[in-house]
Amino acid sequence: MAEKKEVDERFKKFGTVSFTSLTKTNDFVDHLEKGKISGTRCTDCGMFFFPPRADCFKCLASHMEWFEVAGSGELVSFSKLEYGPAGFQGDVPYCIALLDYGKFKIFGRIGKDVPETDLTVGMRMKTVANRLPNGQLNYVFVKS
Amino acid sequence: MGKVAIIGVGQSEFVRAYPGSVRELAFEGFKDAMRDARLTTQDIGASVVCSAPEYDKQRSPAGVFAEYLGLNPQPTFYVESLCSSSSMGLRLAYSLVKSGLHDVVAVIGFQKMSEISSADSQERMGRGADIQWESPFGTMMPAYYAMYARAHMAAYGTSLEDLALIRVKAATYGQLNDRAVYRKPVTLENFSNPTDRMAGPVASPLRVGDCCANADGSSCVIVASEEKAKVFCKKPVWILGLGAATTSVNLAGRSVFTGLTAAREAARQAYRMAGLGPRDIDVAEVHDCFTIAEMMAYEDLGFAKAGEGRDLIRAKATYKEGAIPVNVDGGLLSKGHPIGATGGSQIRTIVLQLREEAGAIQVKSPEIGLVHNIGGVGLYGNVSILGR
Repeated sequence: MAEKKEVDERFKKFGTVSFTSLTKTNDFVDHLEKGKISGTRCTDCGMFFFPPRADCFKCLASHMEWFEVAGSGELVSFSKLEYGPAGFQGDVPYCIALLDYGKFKIFGRIGKDVPETDLTVGMRMKTVANRLPNGQLNYVFVKS
Repeated sequence: MGKVAIIGVGQSEFVRAYPGSVRELAFEGFKDAMRDARLTTQDIGASVVCSAPEYDKQRSPAGVFAEYLGLNPQPTFYVESLCSSSSMGLRLAYSLVKSGLHDVVAVIGFQKMSEISSADSQERMGRGADIQWESPFGTMMPAYYAMYARAHMAAYGTSLEDLALIRVKAATYGQLNDRAVYRKPVTLENFSNPTDRMAGPVASPLRVGDCCANADGSSCVIVASEEKAKVFCKKPVWILGLGAATTSVNLAGRSVFTGLTAAREAARQAYRMAGLGPRDIDVAEVHDCFTIAEMMAYEDLGFAKAGEGRDLIRAKATYKEGAIPVNVDGGLLSKGHPIGATGGSQIRTIVLQLREEAGAIQVKSPEIGLVHNIGGVGLYGNVSILGR
């Protein structure tokens, strides 16, 4: 008898609300579960990608390996939202932000414990895995 | 191959909630442009319909409009690039005419943002960017532009008051525009009074007064070959330069946060095609969905050097009597921003200016005008240069 194929919907766990369930970068969620933030690197040309992707547009190849995001990045900018879209109303207020790691940048959220008044453009921050109150996973930026 | 002209422009009034269906809304802008150009529907060889489909309940609106507007059996095309859809429509119409496929093309932009419930609208708002990697964090359009505002402030010392001055200018002219959704005056005092609605927080550092309002509206631009333009039109306005560009949707894929690279690239292309530069522009319409967007447009278009946009607004150089009048129809900040209709409304203003038919907001004898229309947070950039 043919085995019933399981649908790999791990990505449903990413973020307060996930809008994507199927992606070839599903392993990202497993890494997040283990406390690791990971991007992909093309084994043909060596280019780093964050957010991770399955395909390299430069080589037109799909030979990727995972790398772990380490160290700190520079805070490029941030904004504190007083209103949220549907599904995020329980999270407000919160800050979205961008960190520059040099070879790649990471878009995400500032950790709940870091007040907006402590933030300045150019400060160093690091990215850490985070479990949300609704059981979902994401990552946040905290002081390094 | 001959030149390509705009021979008719029109728009509906931009309102909070249009009391009719989308085809009826589209009819308003279309009728206005057809009357302006004195054409009949048989004169139109093809139509291009522009909107952001996430607000549309009607699937494939282009075909529906073609029937309602009396444009059967001519072909119709649907174009989408978010808030710059109708500038992209102009680009398609230009190509259709320039290629010789059609002589006269109607570009119809529309958006009935009130078509969906506010709960549905809240849901759409959360999917306005990279839904795989950004939206799960809870992103909204104002917050992205707010991040550009913060970066611009950090790099150049631009202040909240500089941004507020842009809203004050918009309101100065919005009061004169009977098709604008917001027609009340706005002063710096509105921003400095913490209990005033204008000063209310949205996404730091942007406040309510820094943001444009949603609206329902339609617009129409009629594009024609040189030959047809000379037959149909006493005052054709010529398309001199067109530029269009894109950038990474996810902010992580971008390298500049004090301006929009797609706007800079589109401007470079449009200036080159027209053989003109920023100093040749007599009047401009820029995409001021947020005050910071207009500030960056000054710099991305070369009206000011990087970081010096604030000097233009402080000196009132972008007012009607200034060196480079910008958004003297009130801009998106006053008119409202019915996504698919916005570019067509901007083009209409510049065409009326170049024909010296702009009434109370007429700039003195402009020869060359520019339209800067952005889709998403600089995801799509369109710049069009028009001349009389």
